[in-house]
Amino acid sequence: MTSTNTPVRRPTRPLWARAGEIAVETIIRFSGVSAILFVLAIFFFVFREAAPVLVSDSFRLGEFLGSTAWYPTSAVNVRYGALALIVGTFSVTVLAMVIAVPFGLGVAIFISEFCGPRLRETLKIVVELLAAIPSVVWGFLGLTVMSKLLVQVLGAPVGVNMLNGALILALMSVPIIVSIGEDALKAVPDSFREAGIALGATRWQLLYRVLLPAAKNGLLAAVLLGVGRAIGETMAVLMATGHAVQIPHGILDSVRTLTANIAAELGEAPAGSDHYRVLFLTGVLLFTITFVVNLTADLVIRGIRKK
Amino acid sequence: MTTAARFTTLALATTLALSLGACSKGGEDPKAAAPKAARTIIQNKGSDTMVNLTQAWAEAYAKVAPDVDLEVSGGGTGVGLAALTRGTIDIANASREIKPQEIESAQKNTGKTPGDFVIGYDALAIFVHKDNPLEEITEEQVAEIYREGGTITKWSDLGVQLPGGQDEIVRVSRQSSSGTYEFLREHVLKNQDFKLGSRDLNGSKEVVELVAGTAAAIGYSGMGYATAGVKMLRVAPAKGAPAVAPSVAATLDKSYPIARSLHLYTLGEPQGAVKAYLEWVLSDQGQKIVQESGYVPVRALSSAQ
Repeated sequence: MTSTNTPVRRPTRPLWARAGEIAVETIIRFSGVSAILFVLAIFFFVFREAAPVLVSDSFRLGEFLGSTAWYPTSAVNVRYGALALIVGTFSVTVLAMVIAVPFGLGVAIFISEFCGPRLRETLKIVVELLAAIPSVVWGFLGLTVMSKLLVQVLGAPVGVNMLNGALILALMSVPIIVSIGEDALKAVPDSFREAGIALGATRWQLLYRVLLPAAKNGLLAAVLLGVGRAIGETMAVLMATGHAVQIPHGILDSVRTLTANIAAELGEAPAGSDHYRVLFLTGVLLFTITFVVNLTADLVIRGIRKK
Repeated sequence: MTTAARFTTLALATTLALSLGACSKGGEDPKAAAPKAARTIIQNKGSDTMVNLTQAWAEAYAKVAPDVDLEVSGGGTGVGLAALTRGTIDIANASREIKPQEIESAQKNTGKTPGDFVIGYDALAIFVHKDNPLEEITEEQVAEIYREGGTITKWSDLGVQLPGGQDEIVRVSRQSSSGTYEFLREHVLKNQDFKLGSRDLNGSKEVVELVAGTAAAIGYSGMGYATAGVKMLRVAPAKGAPAVAPSVAATLDKSYPIARSLHLYTLGEPQGAVKAYLEWVLSDQGQKIVQESGYVPVRALSSAQ
């Protein structure tokens, strides 16, 4: 556009073409910036709903973060202690990742490096199919099939518990870890592999010494997206974890997560009441947790890059 | 945005439009807004206990009045009443009585007082696994199991040993928007809080399913939800008093201690299609469906059993 100032005269384009170009440019620029706009707007609106409770008499931040007594609808003594819910969210997510990360990365490595082209295509399609299963169907599996299995195989006193929720969440995040992890491994240039083989490395040596270090940023991103999926999941954990407000003492105890709690209680909380606002505050808390996870991941990746 | 939303609703649900129109336009005659040809939709939401019953009504009513569609959804009594007080549905199903603050919020939001229709009774059964040797329980024992600081935590405290050898009682409860939850809290726990750590499930049926699959579990739900995998305990109002099994007869003669009334709430006096539906629900035909769904009709039916 600025080239019209140069002394060389170019054939001028019609006005509508230039106007069109500017319009398209603006739209694309707006689309780019809109992601920031949406994130800020979501945070703003969620926080605006939650903020008044911070100054309310019946609410204390210390109790919210430090107490396990969650009695939002009590007739005698309303208490909003979210500690058990926070611990529940973390414990289910961590357990899910302990199961999903080795499994998911293993599948990704197998698909990318070890299997033949026909098996690879089949596996990729099946894994993508796995990602397309709606979360409520997963929850249903947890509630009916998995809970019976856990009682029969592990002798758990009750089938809906932390392990059940974590297994379901692991199954849900594995497809994400696999497809992004596989992409990351595929992005390592073939010349790396050729050089490794030429130096006499076995396939395992090639994998450990060359491919994994080269693809670690992408693999870390795969794991963190899996974590994000697990923390944010609602329906499946609502059905599979047992929905009990308590600090778990073992992986066979029932727990309740922040997301499931919002899903179960927001519908009944009268708009504008303290209960409603506290639920929005747990939303702010979830938002903050995922923000911190993402930020840490970003910093870690930057740290790796510098070295 | 609110006006746009209102217009959409106007087009979708005529009956709903009546109430919304009345509150937004003030004194205008709301009847003018009802087109003749459109199908009437009655939005019906609330108690999970009553979902099966309401769906059975909806199916039967489709034959009685083919031009009326009933849209039924659950979510819990609290959810239904909250939607009613916002004026977004026509009928709220409730397995407890409406609270004063809910009436207040309905008046504030819509300018109307909810109308209350008792359409039947439900006996709240205490369920255990079918292999559990326990046969009866007192109301006080139920309270000691479920209340905060309650003293009964093991089956041996109730004098029984489970075949599987587990002793810890697995408490199965309902989420706090449930009318069943509030009924138990009010009538059995005497308004004390529930002990935390119970499995708070999202539906009446889920409670029975989980109890059927868990040897050491105890749960509560409407007696209409009983299956072959669970056992309903006989309940005694106090220690030493005779324990009564939940049944239609025991609920009607009030000898079963934990029974409650089931309600339909409308916004203001019901009009038109909603009124006709409520009259049908209370007719012999509607009440027969109450009985068939495992609940207790409001009066003894002439052709009962």
